Amino acid sequence: MDTNIANSNLKSEDYFINMGPQHPATHGVLRLLLTIDGEIIKKVEPDLGYIHRSIEKMCERDSYQQIVHLTDRMDYLSSHINNEAVCLTVENALQLEVPERVKFVRTIIGELTRIASHCLWWGVMGMDIGALTTYFYGFRDREMINDIFEETCGARLTMNYNIPGGLMFDIHPNFVKRTKDFVAHFKTKIPEYDKLLTGNVIFQKRMKGVGILSKEDAISFGASGPVARGSGYSCDVRKYHSYSALDKVTFNEALKTEGDSLARYEIRIQEMWESLSIIEQLIDNIPEGEHKVATNAVIKLPKGEFYQKVETARGELGVFINSTGTKNPYRLKFRSPGFSNLSLLNHIAVGGKIGDLVASMATLDLVIPDIDR
Amino acid sequence: MTNEALQNLINSWIPELEFTEEGSQFLNISVKPEQLHQLMSQLKSNTETSFDYLFCVTGMDWGKELGVIYHLESTTHRHIIVVKVQTEDRENPTFDTVSNIWKTADFHEREVFDFFGIKFNNHPNLKRLFLTDEWEGFPLRKDYVDEINMVIK
Amino acid sequence: MNITLSITTTIYKFLSEYMSEGAANIGAMVTIALIYLAIFAVAGLYLVLLERKVAAWFQLRIGPNRVGPWGLLQTMADALKLVSKELTGTVKADKFLYNLAPYFVIISSLMALAVFPFTQEFQAFDINIGIFFLIAISSIGVIGILLGGWASNNKFALIGAMRSGVQTISYELSVGLSLVTMVLLTGTLQLSEIIEVQKNGWLIIQGHFPAIIAFMIYMIAGTAETNRAPFDMVEAESELGAGFHTEYSGMKFAYFFLAEFINMFIIAAIAATIFFGGWLSPFGITESIPWLGIFWFLGKTFVLVFLMMWFRWTFPRLRVDQLLTLEWKYLLPLNLLNIVLMALIVWLGLTIQL
Repeated sequence: MDTNIANSNLKSEDYFINMGPQHPATHGVLRLLLTIDGEIIKKVEPDLGYIHRSIEKMCERDSYQQIVHLTDRMDYLSSHINNEAVCLTVENALQLEVPERVKFVRTIIGELTRIASHCLWWGVMGMDIGALTTYFYGFRDREMINDIFEETCGARLTMNYNIPGGLMFDIHPNFVKRTKDFVAHFKTKIPEYDKLLTGNVIFQKRMKGVGILSKEDAISFGASGPVARGSGYSCDVRKYHSYSALDKVTFNEALKTEGDSLARYEIRIQEMWESLSIIEQLIDNIPEGEHKVATNAVIKLPKGEFYQKVETARGELGVFINSTGTKNPYRLKFRSPGFSNLSLLNHIAVGGKIGDLVASMATLDLVIPDIDR
Repeated sequence: MTNEALQNLINSWIPELEFTEEGSQFLNISVKPEQLHQLMSQLKSNTETSFDYLFCVTGMDWGKELGVIYHLESTTHRHIIVVKVQTEDRENPTFDTVSNIWKTADFHEREVFDFFGIKFNNHPNLKRLFLTDEWEGFPLRKDYVDEINMVIK
Repeated sequence: MNITLSITTTIYKFLSEYMSEGAANIGAMVTIALIYLAIFAVAGLYLVLLERKVAAWFQLRIGPNRVGPWGLLQTMADALKLVSKELTGTVKADKFLYNLAPYFVIISSLMALAVFPFTQEFQAFDINIGIFFLIAISSIGVIGILLGGWASNNKFALIGAMRSGVQTISYELSVGLSLVTMVLLTGTLQLSEIIEVQKNGWLIIQGHFPAIIAFMIYMIAGTAETNRAPFDMVEAESELGAGFHTEYSGMKFAYFFLAEFINMFIIAAIAATIFFGGWLSPFGITESIPWLGIFWFLGKTFVLVFLMMWFRWTFPRLRVDQLLTLEWKYLLPLNLLNIVLMALIVWLGLTIQL
């Protein structure tokens, strides 16, 4: 029926809607210019830059230690992993071998960060499709992780725990015990998540077959993380370009072939289980030793180009450093997962309803400062 | 495929390419602007290379030249290659778009255009992405000056 | 203890001692209207508080607990704040319709309260077309929503208003038909008589199987009627910002907000009256104390109100096309079949009489 109207000679104006930059479903200052026909989306055009701080330009004037602190303002939900990305790039460039203890702690905290991020995503995702209670369940469990972080490094969200060469301080004596407590606690809570939301008939109807992304498109759009894995594209950086202590653990990469919103949702739930398993494998075996190796007070990278990928909660974060041998990078580029994932929003939302757009956007798990940088 | 085999194969398509592995963990190819699109579409379509995943597009200002660095990965062979293209024309730098080869290039090229002023031929929607339309200059260029907003140490 | 609750006659008698018959009639109506207005404005506020407490309970929180003991004065404070707020509006709004809309919504929902029998005697207005009156009045509210969405000259508000129109027209049918199913049992539309009939057993027991189906359809459609989650397409916070009342502030917004809660009370009160015997006590245990009827009536109503809150805080929202599919493809045919079934049961005398 819709196509008949579109093809007929009836003259009609496009109905534009300005979704954002202040809108509950855009999770920050993303602005979407929607062209709609009744309830049906004809075009989605993102307009970015409302929180652009030009971190890449700031990096060109800062030292490498300072750059680390800028990165957790990008994707603030995976701040630890962002820090790790820069530190790994610098360490690889200097060919600096960090102690085993550092690798273990980095990976454990990285996986905890991933769980925390997915908890928040799960809560907010529920809110986006109208189930308001999920938010508080997600936050209850995320709070425990934040408490662990706070005890260890003093910060809850923007951690700054990594420095080039290791960790800023050693872990807190309670860290191991509290992490174990959390793992035990959270194992009983993921089934609760499923009971509250996943099995719900309305939820299933809202998500199944909505926002379908094929595997070819996922690769072509540069999708990464759970978004790409929901389309059957195996792309886990932790598997293919393993870093830190991830080569010492075994875990499954969650994969689904449906490519719809429900698949992306289930991938993230599955990832929480996998992260728990990674933590369990590492937490008892943290080796004794130093928590950092000494670096020069002024780090100068050798001349050349360095690239490092890591898997944040949202997908593949790349750090590209072009160094001329001075104490600042000549050019530093962050390849953020959200930016590529956002570019496919138009592709998956066109033809759906406004409600579908919100549901698909929720499963893309966009963090706007990560896109704007 | 190893870097060496890649180099031999790609060299057989287009003769005048420069290859280097110096100062980088990947194989770097420097290509002339007019050959960029041809090389890129072959890198994607050839079954032996099949670089189907363009994961990073970086705008660069080398001081004299402006250019773009493309990081490519193959999801079947899992090898990585870096393609560089540059021009000395700072007034009106123009390259061919690769957004018809990889859809992700659409957004990434707009970002490069926004911050470096590099134009892309045949790009479907080349306009500012982050900055406002009336913004003057291209902030990530090395010669960009903004005495009010930029803090220089 | 003998408290007389037949308020209409009491007030009328009192007034007619001082003035002529006509003036006393009007005076009595105005007095009752004022009493109802005062009671239900406050009751509406406490429903908001109840909703917030229930929500907090579902969400592992404490809820309002600062203003007054256990936060009991929280919504009063909110109302005061709303009264004192500036009334903003858009420049190119249709001023007349824009200002009219909230009154449509609040007046229609307050009018519906007039016919409820809270006890045998505590009923302001006992007309013989009670149910018909309720269905008719509850449809007027949507005009206010349509006007508000249209007149505020906001695109989100317009989409919200159009959704509301679609939704209310559809679900009105199910509400009406499920009540008609029950009317087959009672043979009357007058609410006081419907309760009389239930002295032989609540209608949900009398009508057993089809009555239970009718009750379930009624609760689904009733929730949709009040535009509450999972059918809150009209507001759909994450899709439309605030929907039709995006451009309303202060007291005008409060009218929409209050109307939603009073409507919820009305839907639950209708269900309590029609299906669960209104003010009748279970097994007639407090039949000798008539004023306790109000306790039973409110008790049943609040159980149903709680049920609707439970829906809201657990279910995700439907999409607009799924909403219409549910009504036109499932509820409506089921409802029509149910009426036939009920008619057969009444005709064959298969009802359960206690």
